[in-house]
Amino acid sequence: MAAKSIISRPVYGTLSPQPGKHHLFVADADGALAITDLAAKAPDGFFADAHIIFIPGNEGQHVAALEALKPAQFYQGPSFASALPRLKQTLANAHMGLRPYLAGTEGLIGQAMQAALEAGIDHTSIQTEHRGSLARRVQCVHCKGITESVTTQPATCSHCGLLLLVRDHYSRRLAAFQGVCINAEDRSEIPPAEEIFR
Amino acid sequence: MSTGTTKLDVVVSDVVPVNELVTRFHFRRRDGQLLPTFSGGAHVVVEMRDGERTRLNPYSLMGSPLDTREYTISVRRDDAGRGGSLFMHSTVRPGHEMVISYPVNLFSLDLRARKHLMLAGGIGITPFMAQTAQLAADGGNFELHYTCRTASLGTYADVLKERYDRRVRLYHDDRDERIELDRLLSSQPLGTHLYVCGPSGMIGWVRDRAAALGWPAETVHFEHFAAPQPGAPFEVTLAVSGKAIRVGEQQSLLEAIEAAGVDPPYLCRGGVCGQCETNVIAHDGNFIHNDHWLSEEEHRSCKKIMPCVSRFEGRSLVLER
Ligand code: FES
Repeated sequence: MAAKSIISRPVYGTLSPQPGKHHLFVADADGALAITDLAAKAPDGFFADAHIIFIPGNEGQHVAALEALKPAQFYQGPSFASALPRLKQTLANAHMGLRPYLAGTEGLIGQAMQAALEAGIDHTSIQTEHRGSLARRVQCVHCKGITESVTTQPATCSHCGLLLLVRDHYSRRLAAFQGVCINAEDRSEIPPAEEIFR
Repeated sequence: MSTGTTKLDVVVSDVVPVNELVTRFHFRRRDGQLLPTFSGGAHVVVEMRDGERTRLNPYSLMGSPLDTREYTISVRRDDAGRGGSLFMHSTVRPGHEMVISYPVNLFSLDLRARKHLMLAGGIGITPFMAQTAQLAADGGNFELHYTCRTASLGTYADVLKERYDRRVRLYHDDRDERIELDRLLSSQPLGTHLYVCGPSGMIGWVRDRAAALGWPAETVHFEHFAAPQPGAPFEVTLAVSGKAIRVGEQQSLLEAIEAAGVDPPYLCRGGVCGQCETNVIAHDGNFIHNDHWLSEEEHRSCKKIMPCVSRFEGRSLVLER
C-alpha cells in the first residue's frame, strides 16, 4: 500500500464488485490478483458481462487464473501502449452502466484512469487497487519527457539527463509524478540514489 | 436571521394562470435593482404573511438564469396542503409586496457532464425550466423526459417543445404512455449525469433503477421538497431558550419554533438540505419523520429531528433549541 502524503497523491482502494451492466478490468502483473480476489466476492455470473484487458509483464503470470474466470472478453498485450487502442475503443462505444476497475502498478492505473477520464467517467466512480511494484511514471518538469518505471530517489530523466527529485505531486491529466531537478544550483553535487519505489 | 437566508424585498410584477392547477408568479426588486444571479436548479423561500401566520415555502426558480430582472416561480395548488399554495393562488396579486430569500441551489447541474439526462414528473418540471435555459445558452447537451397526468396539466410542455423540439419527450399518464426507464438509462453515453425531480415515488423508482443499472451515485441528482404535512397539534419544550410551544395542526415545527421568537438555521424548508437538524433531548411518543436528510438509522435512533417537515405524536418532546 502506498503511503498517503500530499493531496494530489493518488489513494487506492480494494476492488469490489459494483452493480452494473458491464465490467471493464484493466490490470498488469500482480494486479490480476486483485481481480481474482474480487471474483471470490462477486455474485454468480458477474464475469459474463466482463471484459479483462491484461498486461502480464515480464513474469508472464496469472493469465490462466484470469481466463478461468470466463470473462466475456479477454485480451492480453505486451504493454499498456499496445492495449490502449482497444481500451479507448471500448470506452468510446460504452454506455452508462459500464464500471471500470483498474489494478496493478501506479503507472498502469494512472494511464488507464486517464483514458477513462477522457471518456467522461468521473474519477470517483473508478475502482482502483494498487498491487505489485511501486515504480513511478515521472514527468520531468524541465524537458516534459516521461520516464517510466522509476524506482530510485533521485532518478535520472531518460530524456534530458537531469537528476530529478521525484515528488509526491501527481498529475491526473498526465498520469505521472512530478520530477524536479535536485541539484540545479550545483550540478556536481550528486546525492546518492536510493531505491525507494519498489 | 437564519444562515444563508438573506432576504430580498420584492414586489409581485405579474401573476399568470398556467392551467387549472398551476399559477406563475413574477417578482421584481422593490428598489428596481437587478436580482442576484442564480444557477439552474436554485430555489427561493417565499414568505407568505397571511394575517397572524407566516408560512415559508421553497419554490424552484424557473426563469432563465441569464435574466435577473425578475424571478419566476410556478405554484401548484394543493388543496390538501397547509394552505401555502392556496394563499398564493387566492391572495397574491400584482403589486403585492413580499419577502423572499436569496436563491440557494441544492440541485445544481454538474457541468463536467458530457450529457444531462433530465426526468421530470408533474410540477417537478420547474427547476428544469431554468436548467434547460442555462444549458441551451451554452450549447449544452441535454435531453428532457417529462411525465404529466394529462396534456392540459403538462405545465410548460408546449413551451419546452417549442424551444427544444426533439430534445423534449412527453409522456401522458392518461394515454398510458410510460418512460421505458431501463432502456433509457442503459443507452446513455459514458459521462452522462441524471437529474430527477417529481413526486417522491418517481424519484425513488429512478434512483433505484439507476443504481441497479450501474450509475454511480455521484452521477444521479435529485430534488424533492417534502411539503410539510399537516397533523395533530403537539407540545414541545425548547430547552436552550427555555420556552414551551405548541405546534398547530397547519403549522410546521420549524414555523412554531420561529413564531416563538427562536431562529434556527434553515435553507430549503423541504427536508433536503440538513440545515435545520435539531437534537432531541428527551421524548415520550413517536416521531413522524418526513425528511430526506437523516438516515433510516438516525430516524430510528430518535435523537434527531428535521423540524422543517417532521412532526411528533405523543406526550412530551424536549429539543435542544
Ligand atoms: S431546512 Fe433544509 S432540511 Fe430542514
